[in-house]
Amino acid sequence: MNHDSNQGVRFLAPVRDLGRAGVFLFTAITHMRLTRLQLAETLRQVYFAGARSLVIIVTGGFFVGLVLSLQTYDTLTRFGAGDAVSTVLALSLFRELGPVLTTLLFAGRAGTSITAEIGLMRATEQLDALDLMAIDPMERIVQPRFIACLIAVPALVLIFNVTAIAGGLVFAVFMMGSDPILFWGNMQSTVELWRDFGHGMVKACAFGFLAAWLAVYFGWTARPTSEGVALATTQTVIATSISVLILDFVLSAFML
Amino acid sequence: MKSSHQIEFTAGLFLLVAIAALIFLAVQATDRGVVTGGSYQVTAYFSNIGGLKPRARVSMGGVTVGLVESISLDPDTFEARVVMSISERFSDLPEDTSASILTAGILGDQFVGLEPGGSPEPLREGDRIMLTNSAMQLEQLISRYMFNTEGED
Repeated sequence: MNHDSNQGVRFLAPVRDLGRAGVFLFTAITHMRLTRLQLAETLRQVYFAGARSLVIIVTGGFFVGLVLSLQTYDTLTRFGAGDAVSTVLALSLFRELGPVLTTLLFAGRAGTSITAEIGLMRATEQLDALDLMAIDPMERIVQPRFIACLIAVPALVLIFNVTAIAGGLVFAVFMMGSDPILFWGNMQSTVELWRDFGHGMVKACAFGFLAAWLAVYFGWTARPTSEGVALATTQTVIATSISVLILDFVLSAFML
Repeated sequence: MKSSHQIEFTAGLFLLVAIAALIFLAVQATDRGVVTGGSYQVTAYFSNIGGLKPRARVSMGGVTVGLVESISLDPDTFEARVVMSISERFSDLPEDTSASILTAGILGDQFVGLEPGGSPEPLREGDRIMLTNSAMQLEQLISRYMFNTEGED
């Protein structure tokens, strides 16, 4: 740290951070062990990261579906294509909005709490205590949270998509009086299982990986002070949001 | 704080809901393409395909019977080679069916329209459609009309 006056080192700092994050990820993966205890702990983390995020995901999804169909319905009826609302809804949800919005909400709801939890464990020397007891904190603390995020994000994306379609259905069918058979029929005739839905789920898994990695990394490397934990939590949200949006573009460009 | 038993139960419930969502979306909201179930492929060569794109629909009499699988340029004849998947349900199209590239509306998407012939023999997997009509190009039509000349091709 006393080299910070040196210009070269300051510009190299982001590169070094990236390298540290990479090494951290590598260690976390190579230290992976599957024992009964690990499995139970992972399931507990699935509860904390996944099931406890359901309220925000379901509410968010429902209103996104509602507003999306409201806006597209208004625009499409000007061209006499009001029936295409379910197509627009399903395609934009499966391909973009579902994975992206879910991960952004997840980073704010669960990613931050994981960062803060691990950061506080670091600050209160609980991680060192585990180390002293010959329990690998990487294996006991990081790994279950990492895997839990990896499972929770795609699961939440699926639930988000279902509730958003339900929101669109409520608006189009119950409020605007569209025909429900036409609503489902148009959706089924245009949305393809692999090309639209499958690619969206590939994105969801990639975003889950990113959110999991960044959340545990920033917690693990948080400076052991209250400011350090606060900063790490902020960084988790910023880094996850930005990298998810960039990765979204990259994956879309590759898969189209 | 919930007991660990309850936590595990809720986590399991959460995963079950996610699996139910997966099945619901896969079954209710999507279609495995126009061609559900079996399909067979036929090829057609066009001198010009206009704006035809892969996954465009293939229709006969306005009914969608398949979709365009791939488009490539034949290295010998320099014609566009269009491979189409036709649903198995329409397995008895006559062998001398003709294909033309049509436009939905005046500026809409382009698709392949099939016109049945009269042969008793059906089209089979890998067959080639011999009679084809290339895409109508708006620019050529306009220039033909404006300058009253015949197109060179």
